[in-house]
Amino acid sequence: MNLMNVIGKEVAPVIELPAFSAGDTITVHYKIREGNKERIQQFRGTVLQRKGQGNTETFTVRKMSGNIGVERIFPAASPFIDKIEINKRGRVRRARINYLRKLTGKKARIQEKKF
Amino acid sequence: MPGLIGKKIGMTSIYDNEGKNIPCTVIQAGPCVVTQIKTVENDGYSAVQLAFDDKKVKNTPKPMQGHFARANTTPKRKVIELKGFVKDWKPGDVITVDYFHDDTWLDVSGISKGKGFQGVVKRHGFRGVNDATHGQHNRNRAPGSVGASSYPSRVFKGMRMGGQTGNKKVKILNLRVMKIIPENNLLILKGSVPGSNGSFLIIEK
Repeated sequence: MNLMNVIGKEVAPVIELPAFSAGDTITVHYKIREGNKERIQQFRGTVLQRKGQGNTETFTVRKMSGNIGVERIFPAASPFIDKIEINKRGRVRRARINYLRKLTGKKARIQEKKF
Repeated sequence: MPGLIGKKIGMTSIYDNEGKNIPCTVIQAGPCVVTQIKTVENDGYSAVQLAFDDKKVKNTPKPMQGHFARANTTPKRKVIELKGFVKDWKPGDVITVDYFHDDTWLDVSGISKGKGFQGVVKRHGFRGVNDATHGQHNRNRAPGSVGASSYPSRVFKGMRMGGQTGNKKVKILNLRVMKIIPENNLLILKGSVPGSNGSFLIIEK
């Protein structure tokens, strides 16, 4: 796949995302274009996974809206991502915490990482 | 039409000026060596023979070794003929991906991925019998009727049925050129092309 790496360097925009991983709570500031106007929307939730690499990397953020779970998949290289804030570092034992979907209430808490 | 031989490298996605994420195929197009010029006087038709992708001399039959030696080049894996070149090429000339530098749309043909013997649902998009209940039994993917009865007493030619699917030549027309990287002979086209990664493609203007 070494020619694909060439593409990655040549085509992909440089991604300057803060280092976050599954279990962290982040706020994604996402640009939304309505007609000619551009505004910024925030999406705060728990990171379920980071997937892929290079300019095709994506990450999934899940939040509870009332008592309905809402998940959003962001392309990491998207030019519409304004910035990403890390609110909490969570201690989880796997790279993809899909089990979180089935948990609600007190069970769905994630322990904060201690440094 | 004039063009080049290429190799499918893989798929990725890139962002356009509006920030849209566009699915793209990466193709290594060329460098192709002109190995022979077919002329009307000699061969009854005119065409340019191109060769692509190096291989070892010991894996090349003797007659082909001689053929490549005449064009002053190393043995190649894929040899094809294309018509319609405007420029007069000579044997030994190398055509690189720069040949497409002012093109917006290209056609790509290749051998599609083989799917084996498939039924009519996958092969021709039949819907099968949609009900699992109402008295239906093991008919979910059946083709249904293939014709009338005593007249014509036969099944018409060309009736769509199950059979070998894929593994045949497919040509995709008008793929948009997104980017050309001349240093690595890479060509990035919008959309998908036939075949698996590493398979040969013919890219035509």
